[in-house]
Amino acid sequence: MASSSGSFTSNARKALADAELQRALQNVRRGFILKRETAVETLPEFDRLRAEARAIKDHTLGHLDLYLEAYEEKVNESGGKVHYASTAAEARDTVLALCRAAKAKRVTKGKSMVSEEIGLNAHLEGAGIDVVETDLGEYVLQIRGEAPSHIIAPIVHLNKEAIEVDFRRAHRALPSTRKLKSVPDLVAEARAVLRERFITADVGITGANLLIAETGTSVIVTNEGNGDLTSTLPRVHIVIASIEKMVPTLEDASTILRLLARSATGQEMATYTSFATGPRRDDDPDGPSAYHVVLLDNGRSEMLGSVFQDMLRCIRCGACLNHCPVYGAIGGHAYGSIYPGPMGAVLTPALQGIEHARDLPNASSFCGRCEEVCPMGIPLPKMMRAWRERDFAKGDPPLRQRIALKVWAYTAKRPLLYHALAGAIMPLLAWRAGRSGRFSRFPFGKSWTKTRDLPAPEGKTFHRLYGKAKRSSSS
Amino acid sequence: MSSPEDGGVTTDARNRIFARIRAALDVDPEDQSGHRVVADRLRRHPRGTIPLRARCHGEQAIRQFADMLTKQGADLSRVANPAKAVGAIGSYLGSNNLPPRLRMGADAVLASLPWKEAWDIERSFGPASPSDRTSLSRAVVGAAETGTLFLVSGEDNPTTLAFLPETHMVLISAADIVGSYEEAWNRLRSIYGSGALPRSVNLIGGPSRTADIEQTIVRGAHGPRRLHVLILG
Amino acid sequence: MTLAPADAKQGPLVGLFVTCLVDLFRPSVGFAAIKLLEAAGARVEVPLIQTCCGQPAYNSGDRANAVLLARRVVDTFERFDYVVAPSGSCAGMLSRHYIELLADDANYAKRAEALAARCFELTSFLVEVLRHTQVEASFVGKVTYHDSCSSLRELGVRSTARRLLASVEGLDLVEIADRETCCGFGGTFSVKYPEISSAILEAKLRAIVTTGAKTVLAADLGCLMQIAGRLGREGAGIEARHVAEVLAGMTETAAIGAPLRAR
Repeated sequence: MASSSGSFTSNARKALADAELQRALQNVRRGFILKRETAVETLPEFDRLRAEARAIKDHTLGHLDLYLEAYEEKVNESGGKVHYASTAAEARDTVLALCRAAKAKRVTKGKSMVSEEIGLNAHLEGAGIDVVETDLGEYVLQIRGEAPSHIIAPIVHLNKEAIEVDFRRAHRALPSTRKLKSVPDLVAEARAVLRERFITADVGITGANLLIAETGTSVIVTNEGNGDLTSTLPRVHIVIASIEKMVPTLEDASTILRLLARSATGQEMATYTSFATGPRRDDDPDGPSAYHVVLLDNGRSEMLGSVFQDMLRCIRCGACLNHCPVYGAIGGHAYGSIYPGPMGAVLTPALQGIEHARDLPNASSFCGRCEEVCPMGIPLPKMMRAWRERDFAKGDPPLRQRIALKVWAYTAKRPLLYHALAGAIMPLLAWRAGRSGRFSRFPFGKSWTKTRDLPAPEGKTFHRLYGKAKRSSSS
Repeated sequence: MSSPEDGGVTTDARNRIFARIRAALDVDPEDQSGHRVVADRLRRHPRGTIPLRARCHGEQAIRQFADMLTKQGADLSRVANPAKAVGAIGSYLGSNNLPPRLRMGADAVLASLPWKEAWDIERSFGPASPSDRTSLSRAVVGAAETGTLFLVSGEDNPTTLAFLPETHMVLISAADIVGSYEEAWNRLRSIYGSGALPRSVNLIGGPSRTADIEQTIVRGAHGPRRLHVLILG
Repeated sequence: MTLAPADAKQGPLVGLFVTCLVDLFRPSVGFAAIKLLEAAGARVEVPLIQTCCGQPAYNSGDRANAVLLARRVVDTFERFDYVVAPSGSCAGMLSRHYIELLADDANYAKRAEALAARCFELTSFLVEVLRHTQVEASFVGKVTYHDSCSSLRELGVRSTARRLLASVEGLDLVEIADRETCCGFGGTFSVKYPEISSAILEAKLRAIVTTGAKTVLAADLGCLMQIAGRLGREGAGIEARHVAEVLAGMTETAAIGAPLRAR
């Protein structure tokens, strides 16, 4: 997708002023946080599993080339084919070429963040192929021409009234007399419309939550069953997945699956967890005749061996988004990236370059809740700070901020100067504030005082007072 | 290695990606220890922590399996013998106002049920078509830890039976209910061999649902609206 | 001033890490901390050469200056048995982040590790190291307590302030709902992204007001200035103080950002 991460501040401002969005975000936050907490409490082994999952991913990443090779061999054995794509463009072209070779006119898609990352739909549509998203939330976004605002709950920001308007506009066969007032009405309408698309699709494209080297298997996790209809009905199934989705064995996959739905939505497991291995066998009466896996790099191998390697453990559960106070205040669209929230703050600069996405890792209070709830123990604040270091080294922070930091650092390194200045200024400020004890306005302080008072200093600094007390006690 | 299908992109990309990975990991081409470690893990597939709730057997496992499936929105019947299974299928169709028609695969266990006792149920065989309203499959194993059915693709229980019809019925033998996913995978390994799986293994825990719109849960988003699980034995 | 050697009979020698916010804005917190530490049996010294722990540089990506300041702090404080700060975020900096900052520094890496093990947030030090769980103070009224994110998540400090507050006569503690949530301060975040910071603060404020408490306490002055600043702007009639002030029975001063009292 085209990124608008550069207009973060104005996006955020709009989001803060959007009452509907704010209401939606409140509900989502409360719901997801509570559900996850409950689900975690019912699994006493949760923390131990987290540590094991982390170790599994670290181990896999440490031997990623070998696991990719083993995986590829198994996929070949089962009659499938693996394709490698170094960049988003190569991935798009590969998928298009596969669709063309299959003479595909209609494509169904399961939810895939990677496919959004590379802008796949527009590329296929530009070549005259009809593409329909089948995950309900993604389908609604598609007919609205909008990007998801959450990696698990893509239309968290919409209410049912908006969706009714969208369906009436986009579904030509929909009679105006049909009631679409309730959520079940809307789901039933989507089910009916998409059913026809499932059945007539030539190619089905899904992502993969996991790739399993032991058996050459791709795993998708859904509640709707759309991923399965996408992967089973058409002649060709194309899986698009980034290389870090790899895990070694079915046991390793099981450890991670014990954490995934629990962390994402508070479910024990998603309704459907599906393991696909190759095209149909001789005794399969259904299933695709061709199975292709497009493995995407697009910056992952650069993160390997760097301070950002831990980000490659991410299983895209969205727990960090749900617990982040910043995401909770501004929602996903403000980030201007497919990947919002704390995980997006780390991943987006890796994909787009820090110069295009500098606000994302900077707009964090480092409260650390994300790292606390992450099932894979990813040190998100630490990596956001690493981005800030790169941002700073490039001289990209706004001039005012750079100057303020320079002045502060200059004095903080010079205690005598620091304490002389502080000792002079603080009493002055205290005097200026007078009886009120605070400032509602402050020169150069608008960013604080617009919404908050600034408490006035007590007067003499601790250093002055303590120094004086020490001198008088030793005299 | 390049395939005409993908426009010949892949070999070049593959080489570049592997080169970057190996550089990042500082791989020493002479050092084979990594190969041994990887081969060993793939062969032995070591287990991690198996949660307490997954370490159950027999009747306890069956009860937990049934409870969890019920909580997750499935309709559950425990039937003592094949005749009762057929009876339960018949009454489920009746009480849900469904026509007495079932689509199923070539599964021998399902075929061996005493269908004569439900003479009015019309059975047809093969993958599901969009007009099939009710299907019946058999799960090869079930994991009690989260009330999860394991269905496998093939002639016996074609995959489409689990996704196209509005109502999906699944028979599972009580003896096929294990505690953990790991035990379930071992069952599959005993059938398909090590390092191999059928085209599709579907872990199913309830009827299809979505909460995408206003976080409101609705059944039957795209897959079945109803899941009826029959535990036999 | 000569320094007596650390002597078990005499109580541990504690270097007070004042923190720049306490030093500049609210020295009474520093004196309250000293009072509490001495009452608990520690000997307290305050090196006057200290300025800042370096967090503003560290969190702004200015690693070079963060390293310079960290080295100074190690130089200044490593002679003490313990280093105590009336701030979760500064204690977190010293006890967690200095290790990472100085990991590649041949001279300072081990020294930073050694120091880190001896750095504590005030309430955690009193309760867990000095085993001092009772204070001689009274503060009548309904009080609520805000946990700073660094205390909760960097230091794992959850219960020590509450333990001490439980011994304050007349104090009725009510908890904030959803109390694990940030107040929106985040240091420079509060001025770099003020609108988002304020939105987060708003939610925290509603939660505080809902408790019905007349006073909100915390162990971090940054959080307190953010919270007090908004309480004042809204005229909520709720006062904010550092928990040390209440524990030390030193509440004659005006609350944070509140009008000065008549003398």
